[in-house]
Amino acid sequence: MKLQTATRLGLYATLELARDPAQTLSSADLAERFGVSTHHLAKVLRTLAAAGLVHAERGASGGYRFTGNRRRVTLMDIVALFEPAPGHRAKEPGEDTAIGASLQRVLQEIDEIAEATLRSVSLETLLGSSHVG
Amino acid sequence: MVAVRPAQATDLPAISALDARLTGASKPDYWRDRLALGLHFLVAETDKGAFAGFIAGEVRAWEFGQPPAGWVFAVQIDPKLRLKGAGSALFEALVGRFKAEGVTRVRTLVDRKDHMILSFFRAQGMVAGPSLQLDKELP
Repeated sequence: MKLQTATRLGLYATLELARDPAQTLSSADLAERFGVSTHHLAKVLRTLAAAGLVHAERGASGGYRFTGNRRRVTLMDIVALFEPAPGHRAKEPGEDTAIGASLQRVLQEIDEIAEATLRSVSLETLLGSSHVG
Repeated sequence: MVAVRPAQATDLPAISALDARLTGASKPDYWRDRLALGLHFLVAETDKGAFAGFIAGEVRAWEFGQPPAGWVFAVQIDPKLRLKGAGSALFEALVGRFKAEGVTRVRTLVDRKDHMILSFFRAQGMVAGPSLQLDKELP
């Protein structure tokens, strides 16, 4: 499964901050950790903050802190902030044909399984299984 | 804190009622037969002795060509008593029994739209297994 760069950064940043909800990390700290541009990550962090998953602390020791619930927030909650929702994308040429419709059913099956998987893994579960939590 | 013990015939009304409430389908005969079959059937109780939920499973060999594994057939927890560790305690107790029978793998089947139960099994460390379940509506 290929995720957009913003989605991957959103997952990395949320998981890194959720490891220790007491820690505050700047977008520069996080960008350095993942080897990406601060500018790109700053945009992702603003989206996460608007969703209430992280909070921006102001001041000299400012940065971002995780404010979600590790046991309740799932990977899908983060993916959904950056990826178009399945079934909400524009129709593509050929989908109205019989072959197009049959192919669409198979692709929808894959989407449903992917969504069920992402929805079933909480941040707590992922951090626990990666032995970094 | 919850305590886990083997289910008895006297637990059947509580098991059947909880299942009916959660699934919308009453099937007391099914649960009576399951208990009579002698599979691993465990219940959890709160420290005040209230019925908190149950789990049922057994070791099966060569189902769908797979070597022996412990199968979890059902796990149900009273919604009022969730997030207190009853589900995990039942799962651990059942897995302990599977291991005592010599198997090293536990598996189950879950409705992919039931995100809560999927999350529960994920939190127990379970991941997608080697099989894909396939269905067909018969005309």
